Amino acid sequence: MQKRVLVIEDEPNISEALRFILTREGWRVDVSADGRAMLTALQADPPDLLILDVMLPGLSGFEILQSLRDGAETRELPVLMLTAKGQGADRAQAERLGVTRFMTKPFANAEVIAAVREMTGS
Amino acid sequence: MSFNMLVLTCLAYVILLFAVASAAERAATAGRAGWLRSPMIYTLSLSVYCTAWTFYGAVGYAARSGLEFMTIYLGPTLVFVGWWVLLRKLVRIGRENRVTSIADMISARYGKSNLLGVIVTLMCVAAGTPYIALQLQSISLSFTVFVLDPSEVGLTADPALIAFWVAIGLAFFTIVFGTRTLDANEQHPGVVTAIAVEAVVKLLALIAVGIFVVWFVATGPADILARIDAQALPQWTIQPGRWTGLILLSAIAIICLPRMFQVTVVENTEDKHLATASWAFPLYLFLISLFVLPIAVIGMELMPAGSNPDMFVLTLPLYLGQDGLALLSFLGGFSAATSMVIVASLALATMVSNHIVVPLWLRVRAARNLDSGDMRLLVLSVRRLSISLVLVLGYLYYVVTGGSEALAAIGLIAFVGVAQMLPALLGALFWRGASRTGAALGLVTGMVLWFYTLFLPSFGPGVFLSAQVMEAGPFGLAWLRPYSLFGLTTLDPLLHALFWSLLLNVLVFCIGSFLSFPSPMERVQSALFVNIYDRTGPARSWTRPVAEAEDLLPIAQRILGVSEGQNFFRAQADLQGKQGFLPDITPEFLEALELKLSGSVGAATAHAMLAQSVGTAVVSVEDLMAVASETAQIMEYSAQLEAKSEELSRTARKLREANEMLQKLSVQKDAFLSQISHELRTPMTSIRAFSEIMMDTDAMSPEERTHFAQIIHDESIRLTRLLDDLLDLSVLEHGQVQLNISTVQLRELLDKAIRSSESVQADRKFRILRNRDPEDIEVTTDAGRLTQVFINILSNARKYCITDDPQMQIKVRERKGMVEVDFIDNGAGIPRDKQALIFEKFSRLTDEMQAGGAGLGLAICREIMHNLGGDIAYVPGQGGAAFRVSFPRVLAPRAPAQKSAETVSEAAQ
Repeated sequence: MQKRVLVIEDEPNISEALRFILTREGWRVDVSADGRAMLTALQADPPDLLILDVMLPGLSGFEILQSLRDGAETRELPVLMLTAKGQGADRAQAERLGVTRFMTKPFANAEVIAAVREMTGS
Repeated sequence: MSFNMLVLTCLAYVILLFAVASAAERAATAGRAGWLRSPMIYTLSLSVYCTAWTFYGAVGYAARSGLEFMTIYLGPTLVFVGWWVLLRKLVRIGRENRVTSIADMISARYGKSNLLGVIVTLMCVAAGTPYIALQLQSISLSFTVFVLDPSEVGLTADPALIAFWVAIGLAFFTIVFGTRTLDANEQHPGVVTAIAVEAVVKLLALIAVGIFVVWFVATGPADILARIDAQALPQWTIQPGRWTGLILLSAIAIICLPRMFQVTVVENTEDKHLATASWAFPLYLFLISLFVLPIAVIGMELMPAGSNPDMFVLTLPLYLGQDGLALLSFLGGFSAATSMVIVASLALATMVSNHIVVPLWLRVRAARNLDSGDMRLLVLSVRRLSISLVLVLGYLYYVVTGGSEALAAIGLIAFVGVAQMLPALLGALFWRGASRTGAALGLVTGMVLWFYTLFLPSFGPGVFLSAQVMEAGPFGLAWLRPYSLFGLTTLDPLLHALFWSLLLNVLVFCIGSFLSFPSPMERVQSALFVNIYDRTGPARSWTRPVAEAEDLLPIAQRILGVSEGQNFFRAQADLQGKQGFLPDITPEFLEALELKLSGSVGAATAHAMLAQSVGTAVVSVEDLMAVASETAQIMEYSAQLEAKSEELSRTARKLREANEMLQKLSVQKDAFLSQISHELRTPMTSIRAFSEIMMDTDAMSPEERTHFAQIIHDESIRLTRLLDDLLDLSVLEHGQVQLNISTVQLRELLDKAIRSSESVQADRKFRILRNRDPEDIEVTTDAGRLTQVFINILSNARKYCITDDPQMQIKVRERKGMVEVDFIDNGAGIPRDKQALIFEKFSRLTDEMQAGGAGLGLAICREIMHNLGGDIAYVPGQGGAAFRVSFPRVLAPRAPAQKSAETVSEAAQ
């Protein structure tokens, strides 16, 4: 069965790039810019992987991550966090909140693909 | 009129005065003293200057010497009109220092020297006694004159006996109203009011006699003037030298006479009363002297030869059968005499009791180590005794001299006596260098000379100075003759005495002051007196009643600090086995407290404070001097400390502010870098991702390839624009921007901006509402930069104004050289909490409406407007988002050195 990834990212060009490379790898890719709207959907029907931006309108990536780790269905969900701020403090906070992988933008496509594979054991 | 009738009239009048005085006292006690404190009452009370000498004697003086009597009024008039600055200073010092008499004033100024107080008191008593005797004499004289039939009177009409009873009565009145209470500021509303009533009575009486003489005896002013010319005697010619001397003398007297000091300074309640008195008192003097010469001339014409001209005011109406007028005149003279005696004896008694009797008594008591009693009762008793003493002295003088002198002569002798206080008094007010030694020596010198050249000779040859001494000088030394000292024979005795006594007084005063060194206390007091107007608060008072522990605790708290003071008291109470904060006042406790206090305020001050509070010891002048010098040292030291600590705290504040500023800047720099990083990395991410995709992907449709290349292109442009904006902002913020100032039509700039902004979301319909007429303004500014601002606002509106029928209204107006352009759209507007943020860097409110901007647009707009000398602001409550751009219609070329604190604070925002 085709694995499912959800990308929460507000930069349309970046989410389009992620969709392209992950689709090319055989994933089913859903994209959203609105984390708050996605939270319920995530709890009800968790994807196999979540790629999460930090600077988002409304709820920030950290807040979304915290809600996910508090929810029963999503406690173990693999989350790859991408950030353009690239400060040490952000990485530390993400790890404290239980992020699976943390990468700074701009990223190499190959690195993202490798991380995704590793996180989902495929 | 019968003698008994006259006595009854007098009694009735005195009872009236009693009633007035006690009503005034009651009103003052009840706090309803408003009318008592009017400037008119004050002015009328000053008329105590006009004694029986004025009332009776002036006419006699005029009969003997013509217009010369005027000098006695001209002196005071000159002082009140021309030199009331002096009086004002005198009054201010007197009130602030709670001065009780002229002796107190001089003693206080020269280091609270009691020696000076004693000298001045003795002088005042010596000069005042004959004066009081003079009043007694005039009253008894008027009694005898009034009673037509000597046989009816019999023994009771003995003038000495009348004088005796008058003295008793006046002593009684003065004691009742002058020593009711021991008020700190020594004011007597009852006495002052009674004096004011008497002032009116004597003025009315003299004017009534005057009017009778001018219009009923003579036929009017013209007739009187003719008669004056006819009477003119050789001795009536004006002698300029003598006039000058007498005017000077009376001018000095109005300042220095103890009774004048009493009413002018001690009884004064407000400075401004003096302003009224400065014209009203001279007016009073003018009125009272108006009819003197007419009465004198008519008296000399009509009265039998040999009648005493000093009594014309009384005898003239009697002679002409005007009994009622004579009675009024009698009451006028009675008023003049009694008011003088009352005030003079009050003033003298205050001095005698404060400077002689009480200090003596305290010394005796201290020697006997008696228990402390209530000082107030003692002082009051002494005061009452002193009043009696002063009147007894006056009476004795009257009896001894036999009342033979002409009234005016006695008055002038007293004037020269009190004039000796002038140098010390003026020095007290105006010369900081004046010293106690100088003042004492000057006073004594003046007093001795006055005694020798005027007072003693006035008794006549043979009484104190033998005829031989008067003629040839003591021990045959001709240059020591009393009336021609040092061979000065050209002056008459009065001016001779005035000249020598004042001259040597001033000389000795000055030399003594130059040669002696003032004590600390004197220095303190001289500063307080001479620079009275530099200070605002009242002088410190040292008087304090007997104290309890409750009274001592606040003192200790004030000096030691609240908790420290309370702890000390509790510890002491604990030691005595008592609960709470109030130990018994034992010698041990007082010793401990004094020790404790002296640690804070110095030993002398601590001792003096406790001595005052506990009331067991009298603080000596030495104590006070020690306090003064100690306090001066402490004040200097603490002033230095204060200056230092102020400087330190100023430096600390500056450092703290600089530090805060740096911290703020550092935080802002971090946030700014983080933002820039984000804004740069975001397009970079897209560029890298798609270029890798294009590199990695073998099979890619041409459409896909074009699309991805387009994205890379767009993001590159976005990146470039971001860098441009950043550089632009940096240049604008540092004021290094080159402005291209030109004169253009505002309307054209708006046209251009609207056209340029149409490229933003060009597919959306967006209506612009303008009123083109007000836009017709020529502006001189950087047109390109201004247009940039307009475009930014218009583009933002096109991006963010989300409504069915988006539209924007542009309003232009000009006022006071400033042009205001309002841009108001009909969208949702900006939430209140965000309004302050929108002009900050990277303050994009929402990322949903991403339009490629980095959030620097409005920040740049603000910097541009500041550079153009204007501003951009959000105007809330306009229905939608509303921005107001304001700028000067004509921008002046910028001064090169404008980059200063403003730039720093801009950077700090």
